[in-house]
Amino acid sequence: MTQDKRSWYVLSFEHFEKSLNGLSSGAIHAVRKSAIARFAELGFPTTHDEEWKFTDVTPLKGVEFVPVLSYNSDGLTVKDIEKFLPKNFVCNRLVCVNGHYSEELSSVLSQTQRVKMGSLAEAMRTDGELVSAHLGQHARFDENAFTALNTAFVNDGVFVSIPDRTIVEDPIYLLFISTALDTKFVSQPRNLIVLGKNSQASIVEAYASLSDNIYFTNSVTEVVMGENAIIEHEKVQEESARAFHVSRTQVHQGRDSNFVSNSFAFGGSLVRNDIVATMDGEGSEATLNGLYLANGSQHIDNHTTMDHAKPRCNSHELYKGILGGKSRGVFNGKIFVRKDAQKTDAKQTNKNLLLSDHASIDTKPQLEIFANDVKCTHGATIGQLDEEQLFYLRARGIGAEDARTMLIYAFASDVIDRVHVEALRDRLHNVMHAKLGEGTE
Amino acid sequence: MLEIINLHAGVQGNEILDGVNLKVNVGEVHAIMGPNGSGKSTLAQVLAGRESFNVTEGQVLYDGKDLLAMSPEDRARAGVFMAFQYPVEIPGVSNTYFLKAGLNAIRKQRGLEELDAMEFLKLVKEKAKLVEMEEGLLNRPVNHGFSGGEKKRNEIFQMAVLEPRLAILDETDSGLDIDALRIVADGINKLRGKHNAIILVTHYQRLLNYVVPDFVHVLVDGRIVKSGGKELALKLEEKGYDWVREPVELNT
Ligand SMILES: Nc1ncnc2c1ncn2[C@@H]1O[C@H](COP(=O)(O)OP(=O)(O)OP(=O)(O)O)[C@@H](O)[C@H]1O
Ligand SMILES: [Mg+2]
Repeated sequence: MTQDKRSWYVLSFEHFEKSLNGLSSGAIHAVRKSAIARFAELGFPTTHDEEWKFTDVTPLKGVEFVPVLSYNSDGLTVKDIEKFLPKNFVCNRLVCVNGHYSEELSSVLSQTQRVKMGSLAEAMRTDGELVSAHLGQHARFDENAFTALNTAFVNDGVFVSIPDRTIVEDPIYLLFISTALDTKFVSQPRNLIVLGKNSQASIVEAYASLSDNIYFTNSVTEVVMGENAIIEHEKVQEESARAFHVSRTQVHQGRDSNFVSNSFAFGGSLVRNDIVATMDGEGSEATLNGLYLANGSQHIDNHTTMDHAKPRCNSHELYKGILGGKSRGVFNGKIFVRKDAQKTDAKQTNKNLLLSDHASIDTKPQLEIFANDVKCTHGATIGQLDEEQLFYLRARGIGAEDARTMLIYAFASDVIDRVHVEALRDRLHNVMHAKLGEGTE
Repeated sequence: MLEIINLHAGVQGNEILDGVNLKVNVGEVHAIMGPNGSGKSTLAQVLAGRESFNVTEGQVLYDGKDLLAMSPEDRARAGVFMAFQYPVEIPGVSNTYFLKAGLNAIRKQRGLEELDAMEFLKLVKEKAKLVEMEEGLLNRPVNHGFSGGEKKRNEIFQMAVLEPRLAILDETDSGLDIDALRIVADGINKLRGKHNAIILVTHYQRLLNYVVPDFVHVLVDGRIVKSGGKELALKLEEKGYDWVREPVELNT
């Protein structure tokens, strides 16, 4: 039990409990306690675990990451974080530093008495009922050690609550910054986003780092959507090249709701993203798009689940990967159609571009279909740059390297252009340009 | 300008070109005809630098320089242009964006200033008009979803923008209706001049009515088996290729 640092986190939990100073009573703390108990039972997954077959978390298990238990600005000013925000971007900016909400770095425009955005810690005090009704109800921790660990240390993160019939015009930008602390730390933001009926918002979750240190981000976001609610959710992951990043996005959709996610994975040495859209209301729709760009010895694993729980729901999915160097990608796209989910229409595509002989991808659709009136298509491709296209460009005077970049870029833009938040889309194009400029070997 | 000497080339040990000899001087238009599979496109692609073909013997001199030693982009920058028989579709790369990159690389090589976005747009509009290409096609991804005729016209449009010294047009006339054919022919005739040379690969006399060649060559089984003036094309149309295959004719 000790070899995978389970006891380290159990010990850390005891420190954490003490730091809560008497706030360790109440419903939330009961959840924390059962989560740490469950974590101690589960331990970190191994590659014998079907869900982790291609992703070995041994390097992460070997480090005693210190949980960050409270907010510390670490001297950050708004100026320091500007480079992580799109230029000239009008948005609701909700910043967390090492997993803790920063009042001073955040700037909320759309706050009204009814629209709430801010820290989860604060919400646990002021909106306890709403928080308890959802927190941990969707992202269950019983079968997932990382979710259990996050839940055990649940303390802060971002809380967004948008009531019925409310459209929040300005995007809500969640920025999770990791700073250059002396210790190897784990930051575990926990986010809860609740949208009422007929409401609409676009939400960005961005992960960035001020150092190239080794640290560990273990985040969980729960999204709850009422009837006919609409969300566009973007995730932009630009962690340090040496960081570990494990994240889970769990979406619960009501009737006729529409959830769109565009997920971009650029940074991190060992990355695992889980995103689950549960279409738990008739006529709801989910779109999951993603782009992963890996180099060197990066390992990026995307596990997605389209959970069709009710009839007449549509899901669309496009994940694209660009893998250079000795990097490794994993894509597992689960389409789960439950017994009642008749008239399901699900489409899934995964395309991969391998830029070197040493890069690899394990891609797998996972269909679990229990209804009989279902349309479901899926396809995966793995390829190199097209020799004919390269030649065409070069035959017009474009240098070999530029021609390669142009084709890789075209492959990626397909996903970037699906982002509706214009300023973010521009920023993603810039990030992509810079990444390709660094070389892709 | 171009001298092809005993060129042998193929793919994976499979010889396609079996000793091609051809000399093209500046100002000339040469037509290359020949049956399907005789190696016309292979010749065009080898000249443009396609790496999937291996040259096993012979050499090609371009302005006295070893053309085969140059990369495809260096050939383009030196003024070689090949219009593809089957232009590839490139989703995600806009037609004008890629052409601007190509043109500026070529201009740089020629010691000219690079064009900025405005200047380029002006040039492109002018040339699009010349080949009667719909402006809508300019900003679409390269050849993506273009009709057969639109793809051919796009090749001629690119030629008009890049103004090559040596243009090799591989069946640019195939699949065109008569109006399009006339436009393509006009485009070629506009380029034709004292400073350029053109190689036309074609199956049909009808293009040669508009673009009258100085020489016609017949390529059969990877060799030029007959060369002549513009009358040769007429005779080929009338008698077919079997006529040139006959050894008796070969010896004349
Ligand atoms: N990449 C390749 N791999 C294998 N064989 C090839 C390849 N490219 C061409 N060939 C073969 O070489 C021969 C010559 O082909 P090429 O395309 O040069 O003919 P062509 O004269 O242009 O014919 P067409 O008039 O039909 O365009 C054909 O038999 C063709 O199948
Ligand atoms: Mg051909």
